[in-house]
Amino acid sequence: MSQVLILADFAGDKCTKTTAELATAAARNGSVTAIVLAAPGAGATLAASVKHGPIASVLVVESADFATYGVAAASDAIAQVIAQKSPTALFVASHAYGKEVAGRVAVATDSGIITDAVDVSADLTATQLVFGGSTTVHSKVSKGVAIITVRPNSIEADLSDSTPAVENLSLTISDSAKLATTTSSTPPVKGGRPELTEAQIVVSGGRGTNGDFGAVEGFADSLNAAVGASRAATDAGWYPHSHQVGQTGKTVSPQLYVACGISGAIQHRAGMQTSKTIAVVNKDPEAPIFDLADFGVVGDLFAVLPQATQGVTAQKS
Amino acid sequence: MKIAVCVKQVPDSWAEKKMVNGVLDREGVDAVLNDLDEYAVEEALRIVEAHGGNEEGGAHSVTIVSMGPERATEAIRKALSMGANDAILVSDAALAGSDALATSKVLAEVIKSGGFDLVICGTESTDARMSVVPAMLAQRLGWAQLTFASSVSVDPGANTVSITRTTEAGVDAINSKFPAVISVVEKINEPRYPSFKGIMASKKKTIDSRDLATVGVSAESAWSLVADSAPRPPRAAGVKITDEGNGGNDLVKFLAEKKFI
Ligand SMILES: Cc1cc2nc3c(=O)[nH]c(=O)nc-3n(C[C@H](O)[C@H](O)[C@H](O)COP(=O)(O)OP(=O)(O)OC[C@H]3O[C@@H](n4cnc5c(N)ncnc54)[C@H](O)[C@@H]3O)c2cc1C
Repeated sequence: MSQVLILADFAGDKCTKTTAELATAAARNGSVTAIVLAAPGAGATLAASVKHGPIASVLVVESADFATYGVAAASDAIAQVIAQKSPTALFVASHAYGKEVAGRVAVATDSGIITDAVDVSADLTATQLVFGGSTTVHSKVSKGVAIITVRPNSIEADLSDSTPAVENLSLTISDSAKLATTTSSTPPVKGGRPELTEAQIVVSGGRGTNGDFGAVEGFADSLNAAVGASRAATDAGWYPHSHQVGQTGKTVSPQLYVACGISGAIQHRAGMQTSKTIAVVNKDPEAPIFDLADFGVVGDLFAVLPQATQGVTAQKS
Repeated sequence: MKIAVCVKQVPDSWAEKKMVNGVLDREGVDAVLNDLDEYAVEEALRIVEAHGGNEEGGAHSVTIVSMGPERATEAIRKALSMGANDAILVSDAALAGSDALATSKVLAEVIKSGGFDLVICGTESTDARMSVVPAMLAQRLGWAQLTFASSVSVDPGANTVSITRTTEAGVDAINSKFPAVISVVEKINEPRYPSFKGIMASKKKTIDSRDLATVGVSAESAWSLVADSAPRPPRAAGVKITDEGNGGNDLVKFLAEKKFI
């Protein structure tokens, strides 16, 4: 059977749901091996958290170089793994790091690359939604290993338990991957809310909050939703940049997206318009965001959201 | 210090985009300089200005490098009118429909022959949105990769550069020696508007047009192929109500109907 590699995705030392999504798509094409890149001594803990989805084996590579040399070191290691294992495909999560790693591995192995797939079929045909979700494209890599980055929250994950075999591989990172040195790293502050790109529901606030995210957060919590923000809100310092949705922030495609006090600029739409259902609260009936809304309320978010929060809480109890 | 800034001409963000024969139809849409590349041009100019400027014949220069059809000169002129010194445009019929692998190959070849210390890019183009060309360039050139920079500082005496990398994975401090490939996020600066003087001066600046043979790259068969593409059905028109005291409850009713509660 052919072998498909996935790059296991972590938040801190926890394997993300995205990993199971990658595995689910990869398993349609062959036996799945998850690559775990770890600091020396940390491999076993990370590998142990890779326990959901159709994963046959875990390949642990430990090196201090991954923290120091970032994307370049990871790409170098993965290209070496590809040379050893000759897989048919490599699936990586579509975020800044994942796409950069995929890009470098594509060059290193002279392979084709497809980014931001929302699905991958059994013959490695990738589905992408391009031009702001207005067009569906099906494409296939025609050279080398099929390198595909998959957008989180797009593929329904098989979350069944798995007990993959763990293999340790020792590699030497090439000197050509050690040119840029990371001297310090600060991970994003994690709140208690669901992760933005993984959440089923996202409630976002914009300039209309006027800096007060209380109503947005309250409504989000009633729905167990993640909180997003427009660039106007992150630029003003009202909400951390890591929560920005849009072209230069995160791309989300939850089951439900609620835009509150957000006008719907093209750069914001780029990050949310493939959401399955979209609801809008905005006091300007002419706001372009209403064009995307399945349900729109023309009104003041400070009146509408608290009432809705109460309503949701009442229904749930 | 010689800096190259890679820019791309893209369809205007609001333009309706469609696929013809597996590639983006670029005819008949307004084309502009990719707005994320303006931040790269601005940052390059700020770097040279902080070290004495980029007067003709001086120690520092900013060269715009682009690949695209002949009409991409319009986007390049904008970058020149901001203050870059000159430009190189690779145009060749064989490059139509190129993907990131082909683009990075051509750009890398041009950069290799230009004696540059730094290459600065935007983080992505607003049409293809792959966000991989800067990393591919670093890999192809064998140069340091300093990408997603929200700040850049350069020491031309020591030939070193350090950046703050800002992504969803957090904030990192990264440094390297020259040569390096940098990409900048849009929070890094506020791009200047070309001045009248800048616009007039840009008309006299050189855009060196090269075909593939001059660059020394042969056209490659594609690394990936589009099987088909189709417009998605537009979103069905939704319901819009005006809050007259019950808007929140109406929203809850909608969410309950859709089984979100
Ligand atoms: C290169 C570039 C990249 C960008 N990247 C992004 C990106 O990634 N993400 C992003 O979001 N933007 C991005 N932008 C910015 C984008 O163009 C818009 O400026 C931004 O999205 C506007 O945010 P907003 O909708 O919150 O603010 P505004 O456009 O000011 O809209 C505020 C809305 O709130 C409504 N409102 C006000 N008060 C209330 C109230 N009390 N109750 C209800 N409604 C109210 C108003 O009617 C208005 O519609 C980018 C821009 C550029 C140039």
